Amino acid sequence: MTFRKLCFILAGIAILSFAAGPATAADTIKLAYIDPLSGGFANVGDAGQKHFQYMADIINGRGGVLGKKIEIVPFDNKISAKESLIQLKNAIDQGIVFITQGNGSSVAGALIEAINKHNKRNPENPVLYFNYAAVTPAFTEEKCSFWHFRFDAHVDMKIAAITDYIKGRSDIKKIYLINQDYVFGHAVRDAAISMLKEKRPDIEIVGNTLHPLIKVKDFSPYIAKIQASGADAVITGNWGADQSLLVKSGKDSGLDVEWYTFYGGGLGSPAAIGAAGEGRLKQVTEWHNALSTEENQPADEKFYLGYQEKYSDGGRAPYYYGRIRTMMEMFVLALEKAGKAEPTAVAFALEDMQYDTPYGTVTMRGFDHQLIQPLYISTMTKVGTQGVKYDVENTGLGWKTDGRVEAEDTAMPSPCVMKRPKK
Amino acid sequence: MLEYIIFSLLNSLLYGMLLFMLSSGLTLIFSMMGVLNFAHASFFMLGAYFAFQISVYIGFWPALILAPLIVGFLGALVERYGLRTVHKYGHVAELLFTVGLAYLIEESVNLIWGRSSVDYRVPDALDFAAFTLFTTDLSAYRVFMLVISVSMFVVLFLILTRTRIGLIIQAALTHPDGVSALGHNVPGVFMLVFGGGCSLAALAGVIGGNYLVTEPAMAAQLGPIVFVVVVVGGMGSLTGAFVASLLLGTLQTFAVGIEYSLSDLLAFFGVTMEAGGILKDIWRIQVSHTGPILPYLFMVLMLIFRPKGIMGKRES
Repeated sequence: MTFRKLCFILAGIAILSFAAGPATAADTIKLAYIDPLSGGFANVGDAGQKHFQYMADIINGRGGVLGKKIEIVPFDNKISAKESLIQLKNAIDQGIVFITQGNGSSVAGALIEAINKHNKRNPENPVLYFNYAAVTPAFTEEKCSFWHFRFDAHVDMKIAAITDYIKGRSDIKKIYLINQDYVFGHAVRDAAISMLKEKRPDIEIVGNTLHPLIKVKDFSPYIAKIQASGADAVITGNWGADQSLLVKSGKDSGLDVEWYTFYGGGLGSPAAIGAAGEGRLKQVTEWHNALSTEENQPADEKFYLGYQEKYSDGGRAPYYYGRIRTMMEMFVLALEKAGKAEPTAVAFALEDMQYDTPYGTVTMRGFDHQLIQPLYISTMTKVGTQGVKYDVENTGLGWKTDGRVEAEDTAMPSPCVMKRPKK
Repeated sequence: MLEYIIFSLLNSLLYGMLLFMLSSGLTLIFSMMGVLNFAHASFFMLGAYFAFQISVYIGFWPALILAPLIVGFLGALVERYGLRTVHKYGHVAELLFTVGLAYLIEESVNLIWGRSSVDYRVPDALDFAAFTLFTTDLSAYRVFMLVISVSMFVVLFLILTRTRIGLIIQAALTHPDGVSALGHNVPGVFMLVFGGGCSLAALAGVIGGNYLVTEPAMAAQLGPIVFVVVVVGGMGSLTGAFVASLLLGTLQTFAVGIEYSLSDLLAFFGVTMEAGGILKDIWRIQVSHTGPILPYLFMVLMLIFRPKGIMGKRES
């Protein structure tokens, strides 16, 4: 085949695929899922995608929304901000106007800026961004944007819950902070230092380490440092492999501390710590798999078991992101309220929207687009003891609630000044 | 403090030995054949993946033997039918060949095992604490890793110094042309060394894959460090590679624990740095944050002040 012929064929394929693209676009409401699907955080991105797919299955099973089905379109951003912007462009070029992303505040910050810019330049064709997990406070504070909605409690809210709990634990005297060295890890560190100082001035912060994101494969040197510091408890915002490898190294060295984590409850971390996590590994989340039995919610139990059956890979990766369910249900309500799949109308519909989850009413705060929801602190506990029914990641250990923080008590003031488009 | 130092030394030793297993093969290949094998870390990755797959079917112990053998055989094939063919076009062609091979292996791994990490676990028989020193446990698997890597070092040392083939390899390290002129089958020795080097890397993959993480990016992450070991250790010197591995292991492990920055150092001499200015970030970087770049800094310094490495015997 000559080079020229090859060029013609390739051009033909390109034209055909472009022509075929928009024809299907009108049939479904598409949600672009931009998260890491390769590299060190691939398991995290993959789990998130399955959660969204599960919700899309459920919504489409009910007949969809506005007479259309919801379709999740995955884009791999390799956890890089640069790559995410390329994928955002890619999604916009495919005519997708609803975007979701969660992993990495570095990525989320870049997306917010790019979407602000895009919507300013193309006021007729805006895109809307649902953030389900990037929790740097600035996104709903000084950097708040009309086009961004956050469905997860941010760092300060979560650290407030953790430090309130620690306030009542007079046996904890020394705390070690270890976090990922980027904007999110810095936010966790700063919030922990200032809130501990305020609530428990007697606590000594015996270490404060930042480590490179997803580069460390063996945390033993860090564990040796924690061991040497004599800490009673560790506070960490680590996620993905950085969290699971951290607790795995801790387990291997027999480190006897309580782990206060944001993301210790899923995505490989429970399996990595195993039996050594009993009574030691704690998490602050909006949901965990024991809530349905603790608060007697059979419908939520059925929802959990449905995912377990269909997407959990034999229980190895169980349902984890309670907020994805909340987000998708609120998205559907907003679409119905707006009456059309148009970002500006959906955004206005979401503002101040309330939604009844099985565990209380949540509110999408209108002035800064931060979801206000109840939070739980829970501890890894053996199945069969203290009413724990389901385990996580086939460890034989599940969760038990230590305390619940009501939605209104998690709310924090925000200096957000938001520019709004015309209705 | 004593506990911290002892365990950091143990950690350094473990990491250093792993590095040595990887770099010993590379240093042999590099100094004998003059080929910078960019695909070397890929054979390390293949070792880990093969071990994972074999351990799924017949368990970890057979994998410990089988995976390095298979990878060594693959390495020999690569030398015989790949490198030897491009050899006549010179070193640049060989270099490009190994770079291409590294990509090929990575993409194949992506295709077969997926882009996410695989669940390659430490065998149950070794998943317990071997002993407790002060308050820290040392897991049995880490002891096992140390035993394997030390015995590998001893065996390799004996082969190179006590056997006939070892003598030829040693001679070919320093005087490749001379050995060839004496009528030895140098291409055959090359194939053997390449295959052997690859299987050493694979052995490191088998025991390192479950201790660290088995994922498609593992080759790209360890690859550059291995080159640092070879350069710092010096061409043609296994002892040099050994010393360099332990040195780099210690450097990286201890750097994690040092939380001093340049401004602290200057403050010690009574100089206080202003908090502002363009260089403000440089003053407050702590040594613990620089861990990942220290080996490369070390390599650059080595190239400037002692280009033949710690124990290198020749300049090129």
